Formats: sequence, structure tokens, C-alpha cells
Amino acid sequence: MYVLGLETSCDETGVAIYHSEKGLINHLLYSQIDMHSEYGGVVPELASRDHIRKLVPLIKQCINEAGLTSRDIGGIAYTAGPGLMGALLVGAATANSLAWAWRKPAIAVHHMEGHLLAPMLENDPPSFPFLALLISGGHTMLVEVKGIGRYRLLGESLDDAAGEAFDKTAKMLGLGYPGGPKLSELAKRGSPRFKFPRPMTDRPGLDFSFSGLKTYTMNALHDTAQSDQDKADIAFAFQTAVAETLSIKCKRALQQTRLTTLVVAGGVSANSTIRQSLTEMADKERALIYFPRPEFCTDNGAMIAYAGCQRLMADQHQGSVIFARARWPIEELPPV
Amino acid sequence: MQIKLRNTEATEAFGAELSRLLPHKCLIFLKGQLGAGKTTLVRGLLRAFGHQGAVKSPTYTLVEEYMSNGRAVIHFDLYRLSDPEELEWIGINDYLDQDAVCLIEWPEMGEGFLPEPDLVLTLSVVGQERNLKVETSNLSVKNFLSSVIKQRHTAIL
Repeated sequence: MYVLGLETSCDETGVAIYHSEKGLINHLLYSQIDMHSEYGGVVPELASRDHIRKLVPLIKQCINEAGLTSRDIGGIAYTAGPGLMGALLVGAATANSLAWAWRKPAIAVHHMEGHLLAPMLENDPPSFPFLALLISGGHTMLVEVKGIGRYRLLGESLDDAAGEAFDKTAKMLGLGYPGGPKLSELAKRGSPRFKFPRPMTDRPGLDFSFSGLKTYTMNALHDTAQSDQDKADIAFAFQTAVAETLSIKCKRALQQTRLTTLVVAGGVSANSTIRQSLTEMADKERALIYFPRPEFCTDNGAMIAYAGCQRLMADQHQGSVIFARARWPIEELPPV
Repeated sequence: MQIKLRNTEATEAFGAELSRLLPHKCLIFLKGQLGAGKTTLVRGLLRAFGHQGAVKSPTYTLVEEYMSNGRAVIHFDLYRLSDPEELEWIGINDYLDQDAVCLIEWPEMGEGFLPEPDLVLTLSVVGQERNLKVETSNLSVKNFLSSVIKQRHTAIL
């Protein structure tokens, strides 16, 4: 079965086609980052207006490039949450309209489930069960994955998400948006001059907190002359603190769950310092570590098409209701 | 009226004390630069209402709603708004009409589209400490805060 996947939860419009036996057929992405960088962040109303403009042409292009027609599509998967409501509704309304017109089932997909399952798109996918670390602009969570739809939340950020901390710290250092990649560029010129705290690693538990690190960065910055080198050293200290904190928590989670496979996904997992720190930790713990390729780490339609395909193959779909939720706990999903 | 908050714990404690005097429905503006402690103050308030889970900064989601022990709290962060008119699109009036404590971070970004607040809290950074400026025309709030200042904090003005 060919499944069309639509992703519109934030600032990327993603469309993909996944086939239950043949795998990923095609995927396209339109990013709104240039538009939002003028404003210093994702602007919800602009995001949904741009999804409206881009989504249908992208769907047409995706089907045409694959050499298919709308009759070949067996189901439509779309991101129903969590995310920006206006943006989600564009995908939800489009998916359900196509489902009615084509008389095919639609399936609501949880955005974070898409990220969790993204490594399944690779030729050498991890096998269940595994530990997943999801790190993005809006989320930081550790999840035990026993199978599709069988998730246990082990820990999450109690305040800022890791990517959000990167963005806000970058803003304090006078860098643009998105700040994360620029901050790691700056950190390359930094030296280990400051020692930042590793938040919440001195107490048990698997939750994260990055808000205090942001404040620590601000205080450190105010204590310097704020030269380029000062900023580079602070960026270095901040990035090292985040990378080590994530590694400490992942190590603890591997030990507690006795799992031997770690999957790292979400936009922040593209950060090379974080990748290196987690890889070294996994090697020491003799755990296998998987990173989806960068284009599947950030938001994309392929992961939504994959997750939707698994659910449609298990005969799950929704009735004729347009369903979207800005907040949607991942543990509420039904198993497959 | 100004209050000195020595550390994060003091900011949370102030939020908790504030929770005791708020009516079911009120509007509070929270001002201050990144890292000043706006979300920390909201966390203290929510914890005092009995909320157990995480209190996330709503920077990416714009709004987070909480309900604990029959008290509704709506936490906004308008940091990423580019035009106050976008408040109409997120249905701001539907939120503000509710019987809830509404806390708005970065209200400057929504100027012209937000009603007058009952209370304005401005946090400023002084080294490791925070200065909290409280502005309100509500007499009972004023009196309560004066007593809080006398009891627990060092008033600097």
C-alpha cells in the first residue's frame, strides 16, 4: 500500500510517499526558515498561511515525481499533534479532504512518534526494544520504545527544551535564528575556560532542566568584556554542558532499563558535539547507537508516512473527523 | 514597590506566595529579559496551586493551560509574536474570558490587543539576584504584598 504522509506541525512543510513493502518512494520538504528568520522565530500565523500555499503543490509534485497518480494512494497520514494549532489544522484539513475525495482512510500521526520511528526508514534499522532520546526545539524526552505505539516516557525537560535553550542562548550571544547551528559554529573557536553546571545530574531521575543553564550563561556573559573570544568560550562551555548532560542521562536510562540500543532523533541530534559525546558514552556502555540521517532528524514527511503506514496496515484509521491536538501525551497512543 | 529576590528559590517562593491572594480570574503581565526568571515565578505559582508535572516555557507553543485543584491557570509567552494582531488568530479573547489566572510573558509583543492587567511584575537582573517591581492599582493586592515584603523579603524601596 502507498501511503501519503503530510507534516505541517511547525515551520517545515513535508510530503512523502511510503510503500508498505517497497519502503520510501519519495519525499519533499519546503522550509520556512528564511521567512521566519526575519522575525527571530516561528510565527504561528505566518506558518499556517505558508503551509496553505505550499502543501497542495508539494503533494502534486511528490506523486508526479514518483510516477504515480492519486488512484495509487491507499491512505493518507498526517501530523495531528503536538504542534502549533493553526499549522496542524492545515495538514489535518488537507488530509481529511483528500481522504473523502479519494475514498481512502486517513490516519492521525503523533509528531514525536514520527521522530521515534525515523531510524526505521534506514536500510539498517534498529530492532525493538530501544531507548530513544528526542531532542528538538520544542521537546527533550527519553522514551522506552517496546514496539510501535508501546511507549513509556522515562524523562522530559521540566522547562526549556534543549533546542530552545540553544536558540535562547544564541540570542543572548547576539547570533541569529535559528541559533543552534550558529552557536555550535561559534563554539568551534572556543576553549575550555568556563565550567558550566550539568543540570539535574547530581540527583536521581531522568528529567532534564535547561532553563538554569540559560541563566548561568547570561551571568557568565555579564562577568566578561563580551569580546568575540569571550562569547566563543561561553558557547563552547554551554554546548559541552548540554552534550554531557544528555550523555549522563542516557547512560543512566540505559542502565536502568537494561536496554542495549539507543536511538537519537530530533533536530538537535544534528549537533556534532552532542553526537560525539553520545557515541563515546554508548561505546563505553557497549550499546548500539543509531542516528537517522540529518534530513530525517529534522521535521519531515517521510517519518509521518512511515508511522501512518504501520498503523493503516494494522487496520487503524479514524472516522470522518478532523482531528488535531496542540498537546498530546505520547503514552496515550494505541499499540499496533 | 520593589522586592529583592536572592536566587531562583526566592523567585519560586514569591510565585507561591502570590498564588494565595489571586482571585480565580485575573490578568498578570510578566516582564523582563531572557533568563530573568519569568517562567520560574510561574512555576512557583503553579506548584503552590498543586500542579505536579513539568512547567515548560511556552515559547514554542505560545500558550500552556493548567488545571489543578479546580484552579485554571493559562500561561502565555508572546516572545515569538511578530505582530500583535496574531493574538486574534490564536483566539486570545477566548482564553482571557475564562475563569482563570492568565499570566502573560512578553506582553510588550501584544500591545494594543491586550486588556489592562491587574498586576504587572517586572524582573530585572542584578548579578545573581533579581529585582522585582510590582505595579498594581488593586488595593488588597498592594496591602498583601507590603506584608509579604515586611515578613520575608528585603524591601529596597
